[in-house]
Amino acid sequence: MFEILQYKFIQRAILASIFGGASCGIVGVWVIMLRIPFVGVAMSHAAFAGAIFGLLLHINPLMMAILFCLSSALVIGPMADKADFDPNVSIGIVFSMVLGIAFLGMGLIKGPKTEALKFIWGNILTISGKDVILLIIMAFLILLVSIFLFKEIQAVLFNREIASSVGIPQKLIFYFLLFICGLTVTLNLNTIGGLLIFSLIINPPSAAYQLTYNLKVIFGLSAIFGISSCLLGLFFSYIFNVPSGAVIIITSSLIFGLCLIFSPKRKVKKYEST
Amino acid sequence: MKQFIEIANVTVSYRENIALKNISLNMEEGDFISVIGPNGAGKTTLLTVINGLGKILSGSVKVFGTSLITSNINKIRTKIGYVSQHLNIDPRFPISVREVVKIGRFGKIGLFNHISHKDEEIVDSAMELVGISKLAQRPIGHLSAGEQQKVEIARALAQQPEIMLLDEPTSNLDPKSQTDLIKLIDRIYKEKKLTTVFVTHILSHIPTSCNKVVLMKRGKIIWFGGIKTALNEELLSDLYDCPIEITNKRGRILAQPKWW
Repeated sequence: MFEILQYKFIQRAILASIFGGASCGIVGVWVIMLRIPFVGVAMSHAAFAGAIFGLLLHINPLMMAILFCLSSALVIGPMADKADFDPNVSIGIVFSMVLGIAFLGMGLIKGPKTEALKFIWGNILTISGKDVILLIIMAFLILLVSIFLFKEIQAVLFNREIASSVGIPQKLIFYFLLFICGLTVTLNLNTIGGLLIFSLIINPPSAAYQLTYNLKVIFGLSAIFGISSCLLGLFFSYIFNVPSGAVIIITSSLIFGLCLIFSPKRKVKKYEST
Repeated sequence: MKQFIEIANVTVSYRENIALKNISLNMEEGDFISVIGPNGAGKTTLLTVINGLGKILSGSVKVFGTSLITSNINKIRTKIGYVSQHLNIDPRFPISVREVVKIGRFGKIGLFNHISHKDEEIVDSAMELVGISKLAQRPIGHLSAGEQQKVEIARALAQQPEIMLLDEPTSNLDPKSQTDLIKLIDRIYKEKKLTTVFVTHILSHIPTSCNKVVLMKRGKIIWFGGIKTALNEELLSDLYDCPIEITNKRGRILAQPKWW
């Protein structure tokens, strides 16, 4: 059993699980508490569209995926604010636009589309050392942002209008969070895949949200659930010889289910008449 | 007395709807001004113009003698406490009362800096003044609407503001909570002498400390002056488009529709 740990691709997969899972877990808390759950889907499809055009134009697909993803992040926030939309509406608009661009790109690719489709499905077992290094850098960046901007992030997550009224540069913080979210999604495309990363951003923080009223603890638990989902998913996919991305997501959903069942927040106090 | 707020020929438009129509208003340091008028008169918009949350189409706004521009807006906002109408808070939202009050300090502390011991003391004294110290560790979503409004007031006080903007803080509250909150606002004014702008559409909610009144109707200021002169049946009947009766109950002047 343990002899598989000597393989380089398994070591890379474990590192990607730890750092990718933690990043998605922390970023997911922002996404859940800002009530913009579909931002993950929009970003992942933007990255997918970017990667396809990268392949078409013979430019590094990862660079193009990052470019598309970050451009989307920079459009979603200001569009919601300028047009006075709910951010979910501007996310929907960006999602439909990037989906159209992705399909256009797919249509233009001649021959087999395997290279493009790997951004949709991802495979944690085939990622490169460079991908792992990027995931580690990303995880540390998110950790630093979460520590040094904790109070501003907490205020923005609580209420954007109140954050503005006390003199916090709320828009800047909000756009920055979207930007980091886009970057996280892009860098995890190879690991989990564009379609499944949405679940890894939503399930761990939703599970953590069931357990405590302390935001710092939610960040910690969500990162742990993200890492656990990836590691357990990787383990089960090896045991049962099934696709890793799918098992990672099923594991994260099961963790959420357990947290929901045992949530202290859902306990109903019984009334006893004397 | 220093001019704290100078609003000159300001128009605010929400696309088809013009919320403020070329209004001008000056407020002096230490004023307690109540802005009253029916729903949709532009009262809340007037408040948001003062702290820069509302975008003006034309005209100018000066606060503390400085024009509100993008480069100084956050600094000016740290000196303006703003209590908005009832917040819609998820009961499971992971934030305690104390953490909400602390948010009032964040603008002053600045990016990347941590809250100091002195800031913690300011937060404690704001909670004590408002009478919510024993609720400090409770999740804010578990409190009643009246308690949540008190937390909002404490959060604004934690800013150590020079101006307090209160946007219908008594709306959605039961009569006892309304009375408690009005008394609290009166007490805070008497202790701190903060320049205060209090918005309401219910005349009996005007705190006793109020010295000036702005009457607003359909985006315009139709009258501005002393509280005693404002309590005029003809003026108020015109404001609300219904007959208003002014009565004196145990020294407290009440203005209400005649058919009550």
